[in-house]
Amino acid sequence: MTAVAHLIARLEAARAGWLRLPRQTLARHLVLAVGFGLAFYVLSVYISPYRDSQLATAAYYFTALVGLTVLTGLNGQLSIGHGALMAIGAYATVLLIGRAHFALVPTLVAVTVITATAGGVLGAGAARLRGPYLAGATLALAVGLPALADGYPGTFGGDNGLTVAPPTPPASLGLSFPLTRWEAWIAGVGALVAFVVVANLLRGRAGRVFRAVRDHEVSAQLVGIPVARTQVLAFTLSAACAGLAGGLYVVVNQLAAPGAFQLSLSLSLLTGVVLGGLGTLGGAVWGALALVFLPAWATNLSHAISLPTNVSSNLPLALYGIALAGGMLLAPRGIQGALGRAGQWLGVRLRKSTSNEEGSDEQDHK
Amino acid sequence: MLPRGEDVARGALRVSGLSVHFGGLVALSEVSLDISAGEVLGVIGPNGAGKTTLFNVICGFVAPREGDVLWRGHSLRRTPTHRRASLGIARTLQGVGLFPALSVLENVMAGADHRRRSGLLSGLLGLPRADRDESELRAIASTMLERLDLAEVAQRLPDSLPYALQKRVALARALVCEPQLLMLDEPAAGLDSGDIARLRELISELKGSMAVMLVEHRIDVVTELCDRVAVLDFGRLIASGPPEAIKSDPKVLEAYLGAEQPYA
Repeated sequence: MTAVAHLIARLEAARAGWLRLPRQTLARHLVLAVGFGLAFYVLSVYISPYRDSQLATAAYYFTALVGLTVLTGLNGQLSIGHGALMAIGAYATVLLIGRAHFALVPTLVAVTVITATAGGVLGAGAARLRGPYLAGATLALAVGLPALADGYPGTFGGDNGLTVAPPTPPASLGLSFPLTRWEAWIAGVGALVAFVVVANLLRGRAGRVFRAVRDHEVSAQLVGIPVARTQVLAFTLSAACAGLAGGLYVVVNQLAAPGAFQLSLSLSLLTGVVLGGLGTLGGAVWGALALVFLPAWATNLSHAISLPTNVSSNLPLALYGIALAGGMLLAPRGIQGALGRAGQWLGVRLRKSTSNEEGSDEQDHK
Repeated sequence: MLPRGEDVARGALRVSGLSVHFGGLVALSEVSLDISAGEVLGVIGPNGAGKTTLFNVICGFVAPREGDVLWRGHSLRRTPTHRRASLGIARTLQGVGLFPALSVLENVMAGADHRRRSGLLSGLLGLPRADRDESELRAIASTMLERLDLAEVAQRLPDSLPYALQKRVALARALVCEPQLLMLDEPAAGLDSGDIARLRELISELKGSMAVMLVEHRIDVVTELCDRVAVLDFGRLIASGPPEAIKSDPKVLEAYLGAEQPYA
């Protein structure tokens, strides 16, 4: 215990000293992004190409969940339609790259703007709705929008959707460079950009204003906060993240098809943000990892147990549901909240044990 | 935006011929009153008299069927609620109405929000301008917390504080707006005698620096603090004048006691 306590004391000293983050918001978040980026790079190099593709998936889920963190976690607007916003981003990406021959980076910037605009329009309507009515409206979006692809098969490719060529890794990385790692890097950079922008916004006035509107609309208006405009802004920002996530989805999967953006995706995103921890960027990380690994784990488990096919095919969903319900019962504030509480508890225990040891040392000395 | 700090000796706020109906219920009927800069106006009346509705109309939460609210001679009819804060109108609610997930400091910073200068882009990019804005807001809010003896609880969440302190935080949040008109809706409700004494001191300190409208059931508080008192009953203004005159007004006594003559 003493060694751990000393290690933590040294870490705390380092945090107060050379590990201290800059106070200026942009510099602070750029430093964090570089740190996360390095960790992401190292991880991507040491894992298998299959794991790289999982990492890439986690990165675009994270990007979408960052948007939901803003909208639902911080601003209190419930959206069951974020899968549809991802679909807008994905289809726009395929059309811009495949038909207009845009380069990847301008495409991702453009789809972010396009989806943000769509989100702004939706947000203007959503600002007039509350609770279940807002959920119902966004649900209609999640169900209705992917169906548009069937209505315009010439443009959107119908049920089969549209495909695009995979991104080509630079020749300098070598011919044997795994494509999945390159995709993971692109998705990782996109996720870090979303992280920096949203973290900047949340550290300042916007985060406070979003939460004020969520908690007490009447008081928010009385102190001069334009409630409807704030809600539209949250929707726009959230949609921008969903659009970028849709673009990154295409980078990873080279496909935009209605089947990929069904209602289940929207519900999964909502599940992820709640399971990870509503309203925190850390929660979005845990939520993204849960969305990637929980279904895979449930599928593996169902395969490991020899069960009739009709049972084993449904078991992953059941296990997924059980994990979700259990998680909510044990950690109502999500994984991030549980980790925070565990950290506090451990900190108190360690401080107590350190002070007790110091006390006994002093007595021995006397 | 209207100029602030100008000499508005008379008629800082003028309410003229205000009528509000909720379906068949008449909440306010042709109510006219005004309040001068630096004056403390008490608004009293039995429950359901229309006091809070009057506040809601002045704040913009309720649109009147007839009449108008003039602030420094300008109609507020087309001014949304959130813009009235930047015009210098602040209000506390009957409860506390704090933001439960924000610390005490952040609650008060939210009150000073309309004084920011940086825009959305600065916030998105985390530019130094946005940081400077935050630092200034934090300093303004901290000063206000010190003024109201709340500095020690600056980092606490409102729900962890006693009710009296929560009400004081709500007052700090209203005052940090730098209001020219402060509307207090039952500020003494739920407070003990010590807290009420402190509230009296505070409102006395504010006297002269801003107009204060005070809805309060504690007649002793109203009598001590207010320059004038307006009495509402069933949505009508039945009396208005100095507190001592109001206390013996037969219409007021009838409204409160249901009798034409005061009890001996």
